[in-house]
Amino acid sequence: MTSAQIEIQLIAAVVAAACALPGVFLILRRTAMMSDAISHAILLGIVLAFLVTEDLTSPFLIVAATLTGVLTVLLVEILHKTRLVKEDAAIGLVFPVLFSIGVILIARFAGSVHLDTDAVLLGELAFAPFNRLVVFGVDIGPRSLYLMGGILVINLVFILLFFKELKLSTFDAGLAASLGFMPWILHYGLMTLVSVTAVGAFDAVGSILVVALMIGPPAAAYLLTERLSSMLILSAIIGIVGAIAGFWIANWTDVSIAGTMASMIGVVFVLVYVFSPGRGLLATVRRRILQKWEFALAMLVIHLSQHENQPEAVNECRADHLTEHIRWNAEFARRVVRLAKHRELIVETNGHLRLTSVGHSLAARRVVG
Amino acid sequence: MSHNESLYAVDVADLTVAYRDKPVLWDIDMQVPTGVLMAIIGPNGAGKTTLIKSILGLIKPAAGQVLIFGRPYDQQRHEVGYVPQRGSVDWDFPTSVLDVVMMGRYGALGWIRRPGSKERQKALEALNKVGMADFAGRQISQLSGGQQQRVFLARALVQEASVYFMDEPFQGVDAKTERAIIVILQELRSSGKTVVVVHHDLQTIPEYFDWVTLLNVRRIASGPVAEVFTEDNLRSAYGGLVAFKSQAGTVNSNNMK
Amino acid sequence: MEITQILHNLVFDYTLRTVALGSAILGIVSGSLGVFAVLRRQSLLGDSVSHTALPGIALAFLLTGSKAPLMLIIGAAVAGWVGTLFVLHIISNTPIKADGALGMILSVFFGFGLVLLTLIQKMPNSRQAGLEKFLFGQASALMVQDVVIMAILGGLSLVLLAVLWKEFKLLSFDPEYAVSLGFPTRTITIILTTILVIAVVIGLQTVGVVLMSAMIVAPASAARQWTDRLGGMVLLSGLFGVMAGVSGAVISSLTAKLPTGPTIVLCISVIVIVSILFAPNRGLVMRAGRNYRNRQRLITDAILLDLYELGVQHHDPYHAHPSSTLKVMSVKRGNILQTLRHLREQQLVAESGDDNWSLTVSGVEKARALADRAEEKA
Repeated sequence: MTSAQIEIQLIAAVVAAACALPGVFLILRRTAMMSDAISHAILLGIVLAFLVTEDLTSPFLIVAATLTGVLTVLLVEILHKTRLVKEDAAIGLVFPVLFSIGVILIARFAGSVHLDTDAVLLGELAFAPFNRLVVFGVDIGPRSLYLMGGILVINLVFILLFFKELKLSTFDAGLAASLGFMPWILHYGLMTLVSVTAVGAFDAVGSILVVALMIGPPAAAYLLTERLSSMLILSAIIGIVGAIAGFWIANWTDVSIAGTMASMIGVVFVLVYVFSPGRGLLATVRRRILQKWEFALAMLVIHLSQHENQPEAVNECRADHLTEHIRWNAEFARRVVRLAKHRELIVETNGHLRLTSVGHSLAARRVVG
Repeated sequence: MSHNESLYAVDVADLTVAYRDKPVLWDIDMQVPTGVLMAIIGPNGAGKTTLIKSILGLIKPAAGQVLIFGRPYDQQRHEVGYVPQRGSVDWDFPTSVLDVVMMGRYGALGWIRRPGSKERQKALEALNKVGMADFAGRQISQLSGGQQQRVFLARALVQEASVYFMDEPFQGVDAKTERAIIVILQELRSSGKTVVVVHHDLQTIPEYFDWVTLLNVRRIASGPVAEVFTEDNLRSAYGGLVAFKSQAGTVNSNNMK
Repeated sequence: MEITQILHNLVFDYTLRTVALGSAILGIVSGSLGVFAVLRRQSLLGDSVSHTALPGIALAFLLTGSKAPLMLIIGAAVAGWVGTLFVLHIISNTPIKADGALGMILSVFFGFGLVLLTLIQKMPNSRQAGLEKFLFGQASALMVQDVVIMAILGGLSLVLLAVLWKEFKLLSFDPEYAVSLGFPTRTITIILTTILVIAVVIGLQTVGVVLMSAMIVAPASAARQWTDRLGGMVLLSGLFGVMAGVSGAVISSLTAKLPTGPTIVLCISVIVIVSILFAPNRGLVMRAGRNYRNRQRLITDAILLDLYELGVQHHDPYHAHPSSTLKVMSVKRGNILQTLRHLREQQLVAESGDDNWSLTVSGVEKARALADRAEEKA
């Protein structure tokens, strides 16, 4: 591995972790598409600040872009509050305008510099190591590593400081408000984090892939755990794995690094979705099959308990009646009855089914549960 | 009524419904005779809405069957009218009162055919019946809660069904609308129609309804109000809650044995 | 260039005519069908479809080696559909909600699309592929064959919309009721989603993947402000789509270094802003005016009532009082003198001497009516 390769991987890992952390809250608060809106809109801030400062490395760019991101959130909210459009439409109206102005400004005034539309969509991760941070004449590493590292630290500090408040306002905004936590302050704090992270990551991976890094890992982590703290950690790990795997695939096949990173996050999501022990596809199918039998047994005992000692019991509680009223096919009904007898839930006398005491207690338990 | 007298308007047998893995209705049996005005009552989460939605085929049951006048629902759609909960739609949708009511004719029209003057006429008559004739051209977002409910009722009326299912038609409506709706429901009953209503207010049961089903995941009881609307049954449906309620005077004690 | 010159060119200039026709088709189709996406709260589905279409375009080119518009559109539509299926599958089978599913699928598909695009760029003769124009759109590259295919597919979509009008309307307003009436809502949803996908993909070449979603959301959102009827909304939305599409595409093809997609988006955004501000009834300006008039009426009524009340106390309804007395009675009622002058213009009050105000005959009448009404309410 060359040192440039190591540096690129380091940057990619830091970007992925920094994006995944606020992304967890976006997923849980159902505002994931805000990341799409913000990551597009910040382009306008970057371009405007660049046209003023004419310096792509000016910290002013980051400030201006972050403000544009927060402005986007504000505009969406104002538009939504007019009650003239629904919230999803408000998002879909605001960011295309800001992004369009940004793209047009680039095309007309900044076309000759590094800021072009390809950079907007693809980022320039491969070139990141060339942009060094030099302090007192000493080269201490690539500039974007320090930038994204700083942003990662800010995200971590914010989340650690306000963990309790964030958790409460995410799961119960009403309660948080009544306890005096002012959810809107946290909301804007979080949106500022999303903006500043998107701005930092934008340079490396481009606008749309910021969305992949912010939404993909937390979505996958959500299928693995319900605990907020483990979700944060898992998201960061998934993001880093996807980013580094993406880097190597891009390295071998010589294609867009940002593209392969997003694709690998998609692959990780699919793997998690299929194999997650709790909420995965396979686990769900297996549980459904098991539950089908448990459910059928419960239905049988409840059916029998509803009709025992009733005048219609002679008819309702017969094995051959099950196909007719519960609508099981004959084979399935036979197997459920056999299973129930095996578990000593029922006894059969001349085709007439009766509950045992075990059966009765199961019926009572299932109805309550 | 051309229907066989011996048949029930609605016959639910061994109906079990589960959301994902969690059962919400267990083995429900319920027979509704033709020509009754029936309330379905039970605590929150008892499965009242689920019951009528599964009768209407909106939710696929895990087991059991539903017959409307002795035949499966699929064959009897034209006999059934439905009034969903008022809050289930977006009232800012760009359409007029008359338009919404005409939707009640869409089922009879079938695919592609458009509503014409005949449908318009029927819709206007129904609006007249619910006291909303002056609002025909109004945009639906300008209606009050009670007016929205009347519009939904009119939409069901133009279905010209024999059995009506209504989900909480008195929820959040003014007293005047509640009166108007119950008068229409009682008119429907006198003309031989069957009406099934998901209801919340125990106090008005004896006054409004002649038949009642108590539900709490299982069917607790189902039958004429005079026989079934008892403190015992209420207690098994609502648990300890009902004692509190009858003390507070919510349940009319004259009707309790 | 003069307006008349542009109009002349629109008819006689081959390139401009093609561009304008193509953009008009794109505008009318995405505008009309966008109405249903917006009303069903699926505004962002267009965003997802357009992004997920990108790998489809690239794959179609890689597999067939052809950049025939029909091939690319089929590829885009298939990928857009697959992406939508994924989104719907994730929403109904996992705890992840619509926003998360949309965001993830669109960004991952788009990322994969970029991988394929960079792969294509490395191939010999790749520069001729010209697939980059799908990112931000390039109206001036529209050919007659593109426009013909857009017209056929778009026309087909609009015909389906007209034929299934009643079904789409019912599905959008009250899907459960549609099921209870016996309509197969799943089939209707599939048809509606399919023509929405078509509406998105036929616009990709002109507007581009990144901004096509705006052509679904914006015309419909603007149209909603002007009308309260679905039919009117679809017609207006289609019209707005055409206006924005044609003006944006023509401006960008006449100007150097002006990408088409963003230009069209700015045109439609102007229409949205005008609509939200100035539409009668719903518009913000009209609403503010209405609120202002209501507040003014409340203030005038309050002052009339105060004068009346003072008159009752003095057993003389026409008793005059200085405005300072009224100021003490009224809390937060704005400029009292100005309101009194306004009332004088209406001949409801009269000023006798310096700053001494009394009700006129018609003023007493009006105040009494107001007092009665207030009592009735209480």
